[in-house]
Amino acid sequence: MARLNLNGKTLDVKVDGDTPLLWTIREQAGLTGTKYGCGVGQCGACAVHINGELQRSCSIAIKDIKPTDKIVTIEGLSPTSSTAVQKAWAAVDVPQCGYCQSGQIMAATALLAKKPKPTDADIDAAMTNICRCGTYQRIRAAVHMAADMKKA
Amino acid sequence: MTKIAQTKVSRRTVVGTSLAAGGMAIGVGAGGITTALAQKVLADAATGAEVSAWVVIAPDDTVTIRVARSEMGQGTLTGLCQLVAEELECDWKKVKAEYPTPGQNLARNRVWGDMSTGGSRGIRGSQDYVRQGGAAARQMLLQAAANRWKVPVEELTVRDSVVSHTKSNRQTTYGKLVADASKLPVPDLKTIKLKDPKDWKLIGKAGVKRLDTAGKLNGSQVYAIDVKLPGMLTATIMDAPVFGNKLKSYDEAKVKAMPGIKGVYKVGDTAVAVVADTFWQAKKGLDALNPTWDESANNKVSSESIAEILTAGLASTEGVFVGNKGGDADAGIAGAAKKITAIYGSPFWNHATMEPMNCTAKWTADKCEVWVATQNGDASLAACAEAAGLKPAQCEVYKYHLGGGFGRRGQQDYTTKAVLLAKQLPGVPVKTIWTREEDMRQGKFRPVSQCKLEAGLDAQGNITGFKMRIAGPSILASVAPSRMGPGGSDPIAFQGLIAEGPEGHLGYDIPNRTIDYAMRNLHVPVSFWRGVNANQNAVYVECFIDELAKEAGQDPLAFRRKMLAKSPKHLAILNAVADKIGWEKSPPPTGVSRGIAQFMCYGSYIAAAAEVSVSDRGKLKVHRLVMGTDPGYAVNPGQIEAQVQGSVAYGLGASFYQKITIKDGRVVEENFDTYESMRLEDFPKIETVLQASGGFWGGVGEPTICVATPAVLNAIFAATGKPVRTLPLRDLKLRA
Repeated sequence: MARLNLNGKTLDVKVDGDTPLLWTIREQAGLTGTKYGCGVGQCGACAVHINGELQRSCSIAIKDIKPTDKIVTIEGLSPTSSTAVQKAWAAVDVPQCGYCQSGQIMAATALLAKKPKPTDADIDAAMTNICRCGTYQRIRAAVHMAADMKKA
Repeated sequence: MTKIAQTKVSRRTVVGTSLAAGGMAIGVGAGGITTALAQKVLADAATGAEVSAWVVIAPDDTVTIRVARSEMGQGTLTGLCQLVAEELECDWKKVKAEYPTPGQNLARNRVWGDMSTGGSRGIRGSQDYVRQGGAAARQMLLQAAANRWKVPVEELTVRDSVVSHTKSNRQTTYGKLVADASKLPVPDLKTIKLKDPKDWKLIGKAGVKRLDTAGKLNGSQVYAIDVKLPGMLTATIMDAPVFGNKLKSYDEAKVKAMPGIKGVYKVGDTAVAVVADTFWQAKKGLDALNPTWDESANNKVSSESIAEILTAGLASTEGVFVGNKGGDADAGIAGAAKKITAIYGSPFWNHATMEPMNCTAKWTADKCEVWVATQNGDASLAACAEAAGLKPAQCEVYKYHLGGGFGRRGQQDYTTKAVLLAKQLPGVPVKTIWTREEDMRQGKFRPVSQCKLEAGLDAQGNITGFKMRIAGPSILASVAPSRMGPGGSDPIAFQGLIAEGPEGHLGYDIPNRTIDYAMRNLHVPVSFWRGVNANQNAVYVECFIDELAKEAGQDPLAFRRKMLAKSPKHLAILNAVADKIGWEKSPPPTGVSRGIAQFMCYGSYIAAAAEVSVSDRGKLKVHRLVMGTDPGYAVNPGQIEAQVQGSVAYGLGASFYQKITIKDGRVVEENFDTYESMRLEDFPKIETVLQASGGFWGGVGEPTICVATPAVLNAIFAATGKPVRTLPLRDLKLRA
């Protein structure tokens, strides 16, 4: 049994301690916006925020999560997609297949929280998630657009 | 916790089955299609909301357009809807899309035609009949208005779903006409006159956004891997790592005692699956299962042994098929002033879709259903029926947007295995999720190949003879033997290399030439990988052409141009990228070199020009990459640009980093740590030249993939003087 603070709600889950946070979010909390891509922390499709830090949830065991850790998934950003990053993503028409985009949006959101006006080099360093469709050029444009929106 | 999950299921079901204002609306993005909804679609003609098979209109003027092809990111859903809406003259802001199911397609005499989605054919392969479907619906709606107002139909006009009769100053909307219109006979499609392209308002318009974006921004888009059904169990599976070897043993007793495990099941002769309450329990079970397989001769196969077979194929006369022959290549080379020979090679590549293979299946003695991401709904239905031991009419396939396809989800092995497993748990929905490792081990790879090129040049630097021998495994022999050509040939081997044809032909005018193929089939399965054989065929031809241009002492652009006089469209797109990069007008910055390439495939003409630098230590940087395409008609310029960019990430990324190694008969690279993907920091800014010359329908999703790599390789050759003949670049020293 573990207690999670997930998108601002308390959730008690009954899973083995070695269960990755990813599968707990998907199968116990039923939130499937966080995706399984590689299971080894390589692709970033499972990215969530824990206490505001970007984390790859496939590689964090539930036993290492404290009840006070604030976990935010893609569903916890804004159900109406009203954050600057989500709005920029829509304006630039970023997603293709879309499977990696939850993770990309979580990564971009975490980046902008730390660096409100990121340079291209900042984006290169922070946006390391894999997109097999190759939406990178639009991701870069959307991160810049979101930064401008937040500033305005 | 189960409670929350179940609440989720019922909420989704309610959302999914609620009928929007009397019309039938299954949002493709709203979570797929349930059984009840599938029946609803079939019943829909009777409710009066379906106008033609392609168009359903609700009283509130919402237009639902049926899309038979699969959306895997390539934008076909939006493009096909644009084609229908263009003829329908409906309000684009109120357009939604939905997938009819393969079962409905079967039941309705294949009214939606071909559901397969590959070969960049989604739009070009159905543009005529989907536009006719939209036009037929428009005609019926207008006739309904004419009947109601008792005026000649010719006096009516329509725009954005509003029908007007100017003479009597009357107006109404499609939503108010749909009940009457649906009772009218569907016009004979052959009598329908489609719009002249010059009158298009929506097709080719800039700034038309995708229809499927909203759910991809907040986690609400449901993919097949996200499917939840009441009572569902989750499985994971492991098939023979050495393809085809028989399953020998596994520690069933130990695994069955583990938490959450519902059972261990053989799947066919070669695979074993663990079924549990959750994926993680199933995976832990599989990790503890210790399966073993019988050995076979394939256990001795390695990348090295495969290379030996292919190298022998380069000089063999057995199992050789000719694809393009003219004049006498041998005599042309024999009498040449200069003779040049080069051997190129390409590795296996895996598709590595972001969403690993998965499929949910529910089997009973008289019905089988699958919930799946597929590039070919018809093939999924056939695979389901065969594995279920039922008739196709007893089966149904619910299609979900794909988390990537790239050709992988055209093969149905993952559907078959899911059904074979579910059949052992009658009445229980079982979702089989492959681990990334299984997805990588059980790939259907881009074929490995080698290519020997020989040419002669005369004193003026003209090609006197050209020989090209490709050796490698055949895609059709591996996955579609029924489609093989005369004498067991594989025409796809010659993609872009044949003398003539609208799908793709070699543009160069080389009178003395022989292009042939030594088919060398292996135990490693090969299949269609975005761009297919055009990927390596373009590298072989276009990089060798640069080697010849250098030997001839000629500029690579000029050398190509003189051989393209009879291929004006090849030449035009080549010139377009050359102009854009400034090939003739402005020299590249100091330390930067240029490369260029052109090809034709999937009915489109493509070219690329690159600027790169290679540091003294051999580090490559791509500074500019201009990508040109002439697909004839351009339906959605924004999505064409996105596909061009994506093709570079996929194709050039593979050329940078990827190879699948075979050792002891099995795949070595099992995850993204060893099978690296291009990431944002390596992605060069792409300048897209869309030169849609009209008059034909070419593909978009794949063609440009094949020119990015040779343009970059030729730029490296220009920088270093050393031709690049093998991939991936990661394994090479670019400077000696």
